[in-house]
This record gives sequence, C-alpha cells and structure tokens, in this order.
Amino acid sequence: MTAWTRVCEYTDLLPERGVAALVAGEQVALFRTFDGMLHVIGNRDPFTGAFVLARGIVGTRGGAPTVASPLFKQVFDLRTGECVTEAGAAVPVHDVRCVDGVVEVRLRAP
Amino acid sequence: MNELVVVGNGMVGQRLVDALHERDAGSAWRITVIGEESRRAYDRVALSSYFDGVAATELDLVGAGCYDGVHRTLHLDEAVTAIDRSARTVTTSRGRSLRYDALVLATGSAPFVPPVPGRELPGCHVYRTLDDLDAIRAAAEAAARRRGGRAAGMVVGGGLLGLEAARALRLLGMSPHVVELAPRLMPLQVDEGGGALLRRLIEALDVTVHTDCSVRRIECDRGRLLAVLTNELELDLDLVVFSAGVRPRDELARRAGLPAGPRGGIEIDASCRTPDERIYAIGECAALDGLSYGLVAPGYAMAEVVADRLSGGSAVFGGADTSTKLKLLGVDVASFGDAHARTPGALEVTVNDPVEQTYAKLVVSDDATTLLGGILVGDASRYPMLRPLVGAALAGDPVGLIAPRGSAAADAITMPDTAQVCSCHAVTKGAIREAIAVSALTDVPGVKSCTKAGTGCGSCVPLLKNLLAESGVPMSTALCEHFGHSRAELFDIVRVTGITTFTELVQRHGTGRGCDICKPAVASILASQSRAGHVLDGEQAALQDTNDHFLANIQRNGTYSVVPRIPGGEITPDKLLVIAEVARDFALYTKITGGQRIDLFGARVEQLPLIWKRLVDAGFESGHAYGKAVRTVKSCVGSTWCRYGVQDSVSLAIELELRYRGLRAPHKIKAAVSGCARECAEAQSKDVGIIATEHGWNLYVGGNGGFRPRHADLLLTDVDTATLIRTVDRFLMFYVRTADRLERTASWVAALDGGIDYLRAVLVDDSLGICEDLDAAMAKHVESYADEWAGVLDDPERLSRFVSFVNAPGVPDPSVQFRTARGQRTPA
Ligand code: SRM
Ligand SMILES: Cc1cc2nc3c(=O)[nH]c(=O)nc-3n(C[C@H](O)[C@H](O)[C@H](O)COP(=O)(O)OP(=O)(O)OC[C@H]3O[C@@H](n4cnc5c(N)ncnc54)[C@H](O)[C@@H]3O)c2cc1C
Ligand code: SF4
Ligand code: FES
Repeated sequence: MTAWTRVCEYTDLLPERGVAALVAGEQVALFRTFDGMLHVIGNRDPFTGAFVLARGIVGTRGGAPTVASPLFKQVFDLRTGECVTEAGAAVPVHDVRCVDGVVEVRLRAP
Repeated sequence: MNELVVVGNGMVGQRLVDALHERDAGSAWRITVIGEESRRAYDRVALSSYFDGVAATELDLVGAGCYDGVHRTLHLDEAVTAIDRSARTVTTSRGRSLRYDALVLATGSAPFVPPVPGRELPGCHVYRTLDDLDAIRAAAEAAARRRGGRAAGMVVGGGLLGLEAARALRLLGMSPHVVELAPRLMPLQVDEGGGALLRRLIEALDVTVHTDCSVRRIECDRGRLLAVLTNELELDLDLVVFSAGVRPRDELARRAGLPAGPRGGIEIDASCRTPDERIYAIGECAALDGLSYGLVAPGYAMAEVVADRLSGGSAVFGGADTSTKLKLLGVDVASFGDAHARTPGALEVTVNDPVEQTYAKLVVSDDATTLLGGILVGDASRYPMLRPLVGAALAGDPVGLIAPRGSAAADAITMPDTAQVCSCHAVTKGAIREAIAVSALTDVPGVKSCTKAGTGCGSCVPLLKNLLAESGVPMSTALCEHFGHSRAELFDIVRVTGITTFTELVQRHGTGRGCDICKPAVASILASQSRAGHVLDGEQAALQDTNDHFLANIQRNGTYSVVPRIPGGEITPDKLLVIAEVARDFALYTKITGGQRIDLFGARVEQLPLIWKRLVDAGFESGHAYGKAVRTVKSCVGSTWCRYGVQDSVSLAIELELRYRGLRAPHKIKAAVSGCARECAEAQSKDVGIIATEHGWNLYVGGNGGFRPRHADLLLTDVDTATLIRTVDRFLMFYVRTADRLERTASWVAALDGGIDYLRAVLVDDSLGICEDLDAAMAKHVESYADEWAGVLDDPERLSRFVSFVNAPGVPDPSVQFRTARGQRTPA
C-alpha cells in the first residue's frame, strides 16, 4: 500500500466533472459527485486501453454514482469500479479523503 | 450512358427504378418508363382501401423527385406496342420509338374473364386498376339512384381477389353474391375445414356464397342484368365483377418471339432474363420454371435481382414465399408454406374451435419436428409468429403453437435467427436483431427505415415490436431512467417553465442525477433555446459529452481532433498556410475530410487551447465537428466558374453555413448547395439539400448518407433565396423542437405522419400556426451566435479545464504514443 498523496484542493473540483491525476506514477480519475462525495477510480478505460475515464459523464444508475466512458459509453459504478453495463469488466478503486480542504488519494493494492 | 426502357409502371416496374436508383450504378443508366395506365405506380395491393376512403394520392408509390432529374423519365397513358429485337427498339401507342440497351418487361397481369356469354355487356367489370374501381363505384351509384335503393351485385370467383371485390361491393352498400367453381372459397389457400368455417363467417356478413357452380350466361334485361348460374339460379343484378384469377400479360413478348410458359407468362431464368439477353421480365408477367406469381413480394425480389444485374452483380431469383394473410370482410384468413400438406409424409395437426369460430391447421414433417406450413381462419393473429417458423425445428409439441389463447406454449415461441420475419423484403430475424443492436434502434419506424422490414404488406409489424422487446429495447418514449419524458416533451417543459439548469429540471421532472443519455440531450435542449450561456460554464459543462466538453472530437487513443470551420469549403491560400503551420508545429496528422474541410488529429487535451489560439487569431472559428450541431454546407463551384452553373452556389452555401453555425440539434445536420442539376455537391444526400434551377432553387430535405442512405424529399421548387432561407429556418427549428434524441432529419421526416406534404403544409402554409414562433427562434439563434473557442480562450476559468493532470499540469499523458505512417504521426 502506498502513502496518501495530496492531489488538489477540494474546491478545485466541480460537481460531476472528473479530473485526471498522477498518483505514484498511476493515472487515476477523481470525481466529486453532486452530493459532495469524492470517488477515485483508475483512469484507464478497460475496453479501449485509453486513459480517459476522468472525461466521462457523471450521473447515477439506480442509487449508484456512475461515470460513462467517453469512448463507447460503458458505465462504471464509482464505488466499486464494476462495469454496470457489461458484466465482468471492472476498473480499480482507490481510497480518497479530504483533509482540511485538501484532497488526498492512496492507491489500493491491485 | 446506357439506355434502359421499362415497360409498365406498376408496383414491380417502379420498384426496379427505385432499386436501381438506390444502387450507385443507377447513374450508369438513363431510364425511360412507359406506363399504359393514366396514373403513375400505385399500391395495387392496397387497392381496396380506395373504397375505405383512402385517396388515390395516398396509394402513390412514386417518391417525390423520382422522375425530376434528367436520368429518369416516365411516360404515362402510353403503351408499348411492339419490340424490334434486332434493332433494339420499342414502339409505343403514341408512335414513339425508343432504343434500348436493356429492356425490362413489367407488364403485370390482366384479370381473367371466363368465356361467359354476355361478359361484354355494360355493367360487367374487372377489379385490377384504380380506373376499374372508379367505374364500379360509378355503376353502383348510378344503379342506386335509378332504383332508389340498394343495387345488387355479383362477383365471379371466390378466391382471394374475389372476396376482396365482394368486400368492395359491401362497402358500396350491396349484398353481393359470390360464385365459385371449386367446392370451397379460396381453394388455393385454405383446405376443406378452413373453407367451411370461412364460408360460415362470410355468409354471416350478408354475402351469398354459391360454390361448386359457375355462370352460364348473362343477359341484358330492361337496363339491368340477369345472370343464370349452372345451378339454375337466376340473379337479378346491376353489376357483375369478374375476379376469376389473372393471366400474365405476355402478349407483347410473344409477338416479339419470346417464349411463354405453359400456363402463360414470359419465360425467364434465375437472373430474370428472357432468352434474349437484353430483355428481362419481372413481376406478374414473368414465369420462372413455368410458374408465375400473383403476389407482389416475388415481383419485388425479381426487381432487386434485375437492379443488381444491371449494376454488374450476379444476384439470382430463387422462387418465393406465397404465404398470404388477409382480413376479408373482417374475417382473418392466413395460409402459409405447404398449406395443403403436399410434402411426402407430411402430418396435419388441426384445432377446430366452433365456439370461438376459429380453425387452425399446421402441417409438420413426418417426425413432427419441422413446421412446413399451415392455415388459420377466424383468428390469424399468430400468423406473423408462425410464418417465419416454416422450415425451422420445433421446440415442442406443434399443437402448442395453435392451442387456444392464453396457453403459455403459444406465446413463448422463440424463432431461430435464420427465420424470415418479413417475407415482402426477405429480412431475417438475425438481420433485424443486428440492425437493432448496431444502429441502436428503439422503435418500429426505426426498424422499418433501417431494414425495410414491415414496409410491404405490413403483416410482420407486430413481430418487429416483439423483436425490439426481445432485444431489450424498452418500448416507451422515456429518455432514460431519469426522465419519463421524450426529448420533444422535455423540450416543451423547458420552453414553458423557463428552467435553465439540468439540476432544476431533474429535481422537478426527473429522478437521480442523470446519465450519459439525458445530460447531453438536456444540454442540447438548453442550448437550442439559447438558455445556457457558454457550453463550459458551471453545471452546463458537466452535461457535455467529452467532445463538447473539450470542443473537439475524442479519438481512440484519448487524443482529440481539431476541425476549423471552412464555410462552403472556400478558403484562401493564406488561411491554408495557417492551418499548415499549426499542423506542422503541433505535429498533427492532417486529412481533408469528406465535408470539404480539414481535420487535424492527435492533439492532447492541454494542446487544444494553444492550437485554437493560433487558429482563432488567424480568423478561424469552431467547426462544431464535435457537436450535435450544424456541420458543413458543402458547395460546388457553381456559376462563378462552372460552365454549367445557373446560380451562385458558393455564396449561398457560405451564407447558410454562417447562418446556422452553432445551432444545436438532436443530431448533426449537414447541408449542400449545387449550382445545377448535375449535383456535384451531392445535395440530395443531405439533411438540407439545395439545387440551383434556372429560376431559383429547389429545396430538398431529409437526406442522409451514412449508415442508411436516404435520398432527400423535394420540398420546394424554383423559389427565390429569401423564401428558401425562410423555409430552411423553419425546417431546422421544427426538427430541433420535435425530433427525438439522436434522430437525424431523414428518419424524422420519414416518420412524420403525412410525410413531405404535411411538412410543406406546416412550413409553407403554416397549418399549425407556429411559423412565427419558429422564425423568432431562428432569429434569436442567429443573433446570439458566438464562437465557442474564442469564448474559451478569453476565459481563464474555462481554460483551466484543459490540463492533463490536476496535480501535474506540465506532464503530458504518458500513455499517448505515436508511430509514423506515410510521413505523418498516427496512434501507436
Ligand atoms: C473526418 C470525417 C471522415 C473523413 O476523414 O473525411 C468523419 C469522421 C467521423 N465521423 Fe463521419 N466523418 C466525416 C464525414 C462524414 C460524411 C460525409 C459528409 O459529411 O459529406 C458522412 C455521411 C453523410 C451523413 O452524415 O449523412 C458521415 C457519416 C457519419 C456517421 C453516420 C451518420 C448517419 O446518419 O448514419 C457517424 C456516426 C454518428 O454521427 O452517429 C459519423 C461519425 C463520425 C465521427 C465523429 C465518429 C466519432 O464519434 O469519433 C468521426 C470523427 C471525426 C473527428 O474526429 O474529427 N459520421 N461522416 C468526415 C468529417 C467531415 C467534416 O468535415 O465535418
Ligand atoms: C385487388 C387486388 C389485391 C391484391 N392484394 C394483394 C396482396 O394482398 N398481396 C400481394 O402480394 N399481392 C396482391 N395483389 C397482387 C399485386 O397487386 C400484384 O402482384 C402486383 O401489382 C404485381 O406488380 P406488377 O408490376 O408485376 O404488375 P402491375 O402492378 O399490374 O403493373 C403492370 C403495369 O404495366 C402496365 N402495362 C401492361 N402492358 C403494358 C404495355 N404494353 N405498355 C405499357 N404499360 C403496360 C399495366 O397497365 C400496369 O400498370 C393484389 C392485386 C389486386 C388487383
Ligand atoms: S453541380 Fe453543376 S454548377 Fe456545380 S460544379 Fe457540378 S456541373 Fe458545375
Ligand atoms: S412481411 Fe410484408 S412487410 Fe414484412
């Protein structure tokens, strides 16, 4: 497990707009949902291999917060990383916290 | 250019013209069609609906503009009277002589009138053309006036057409007699059991049925007719309709020395060719292996074969399905496959329900594993389900398929992918499912326009609905799980309530926080009502697809393409130099697009503002290649340079592109302007196509290239520029307001009830009284347009989004790698 890495200010994040970040050499996608929650998943779209998930549309499916890949629109659950439109696929989920207005991310072991 | 002459403008002859037109090679032929009837091709299959009040114009089968161009000509009220095969010419009743390189005979059939004495008397009719129907109606009305009451009529022939004629006479207020030689009605389609029930059902409708008998003679009796039947009955009549079968019209071919089949019909081989290699025959007049088909579907298949052959293909006609389903006088009858169990060893399974008045028979193979055919009388609702199963292995007991309603077995049938769902157009279940998946079809009109299934007799339409459901398409108009409304409904909600944000809309009218379907749709609705401000402001930015979000098109490796607007495709050398320099400095792959402009590929997110800064400084603006918005207005050089041009097509194209740039819509919009009928700008394949004429402009709408090409429909002819622009304004706004999400104008126009005539009424005659509103909305758009890229470059907040990593803005995405191909960078 790696250490917590400072990524940005909480206020740098706009609701429902992702950003990409580099954490310990890995590309992650960081999201602030409408309710103010933070989520971090791997930025790599497993269907195409392109690092683009941070640029997807954020929304909900049922109660789950989601992001849709901008390339072919597969939808991922931000909490679990699981693809909700094509069973079996998933992206890694990482830990995120906000300390004194600063967003920190810690990679989870694969 | 080769000369093609088509004899006959009936259903099949017209289909040939359309099919050839749909193929690229259609342009290799100059087509001349000679039709003997006074009307151009109409839907003869639906002929009887004329008596239900359907107007002749609604039966018209000739697409708008079909014969407008220089390559297709139609002559009506003119018959071909002779063919000179050595000179390769035909002569017509108007004395015209036409040379051909290929000749297609599509002369159909003529009603067979048995040699009954008196058959020439006034009051004796046949049932084949609209003129025949007019004559029957006139005779019925005259008789009713003369008698001051009901006229009396008789139909000779109790087959499919005879019963249709009987129905017509019922609609004209008569209680007709039907005389049939065979022991039962519809002897070709139904068996004894089915025939018995059919007779009971038909007699209950005030039709008197005489089977096993024929007409001995018809006499004139004080202005009326007296028919004597072979069973010695005498009928007092006002009119007689002969409907005792048809005979292929092969007389023209016979006179030219072409052989006919044993039961008539011009002999053809599987390529639909007669022994003269330049002459084809298709439709009811043709006979393959001695057999001619009295149905339209086999004729259509032949037309497709000949269109393919004339385009250099090698398609063959392999016989056809003669299944039929009818609602005769409100009585359902269907017969399909080997209905009479002629296959050796075939078994019959019958369910006869005297209470429900239904009769069903299935013919199965000797081991009861394969369905071969069947007959349904009284209730044919399972016909669309059963017909495609012919030839397929049955999962369980065949009785289950025709068991009384409600039993689970019958409703749970699943067809194999190879089953033919639409026999009119030979479309399999597999093909329809694929179309549903590939084109993300969500409704029956979509399936129809994409696959043609359901556009013939219509009997497979219920099945199309099932297939959509089976493919997991929710059959509601709800946009997605967050909104129960269609796009058009949301448009109205936004317009009426004045809501300006997604959050307010979803909180008041939806649930959850939206998704990749509703968010861009709502963004587009807000944008087209000029309610949104810049696309990247506040919440608005979070609604955009990545393309709109970064004002560029995402590529498969996560980089973007850059497309500056080049209105009408006209560009100065200096501006070309700027594009060239930018492309060189950022090492962007450069390509001329199919839309007359230049696309620069491979820009990383953080490079986009730098690239656009240079482009905007040089006077370029966003080309909206990323948006569901107006793309390009293609032009040809037109009268400025071209020796054929009759109007200044470039100026108009530029004017239109500048007028509509930035307009957000349910889908992208493309337009083109050609300087003359040679159509170098391919306007007829565009959402809005304009072709110059000597007197002004012709306006076409609803064309499409892409996945399912569609020729645009002619909306206006010879109008001046002001009228043209006003109408395009209205057309676009009407589309923007009412079309569904991701619906191009082609399918929107095709699905409009009343089609192009309706559209003309709305846009030109203001039949809905909305033109003022549409005009105002477009005026507002034009006035509020501002270049989106300039808007980004001016604003540090908007610019701040264009970074690779929020915590390492200087580091380019390490995953983006290139290699070199033909001297340019392409994704590794
Ligand atoms: C660049 C270009 C191909 C080229 O190298 O020439 C192109 C490229 C793309 N086309 Fe196209 N189309 C291009 C001309 C066309 C044309 C020809 C034309 O416009 O004259 C057509 C057929 C005409 C038509 O639209 O009716 C065409 C029919 C499509 C379709 C199918 C649309 C349909 O209604 O069936 C799509 C898919 C869609 O939009 O859903 C598509 C989608 C695309 C997308 C946007 C796919 C995507 O989402 O990544 C491609 C990315 C463009 C980019 O990154 O810049 N493109 N595309 C052409 C850009 C023209 C321009 O200057 O804007
Ligand atoms: C009342 C009725 C109901 C029908 N119902 C059905 C149905 O439910 N399902 C089904 O599949 N089919 C049905 N049919 C049959 C269907 O209409 C025909 O199969 C179809 O019209 C055949 O098309 P065609 O082009 O071969 O012939 P037609 O449509 O008859 O066209 C032939 C044309 O050629 C013209 N012509 C002939 N000779 C010459 C010449 N020498 N020069 C110039 N022109 C010439 C004729 O005037 C005619 O206009 C029905 C027919 C009728 C009359
Ligand atoms: S459409 Fe006509 S005017 Fe335009 S380039 Fe072609 S031939 Fe010339
Ligand atoms: S079966 Fe006739 S339209 Fe499909």
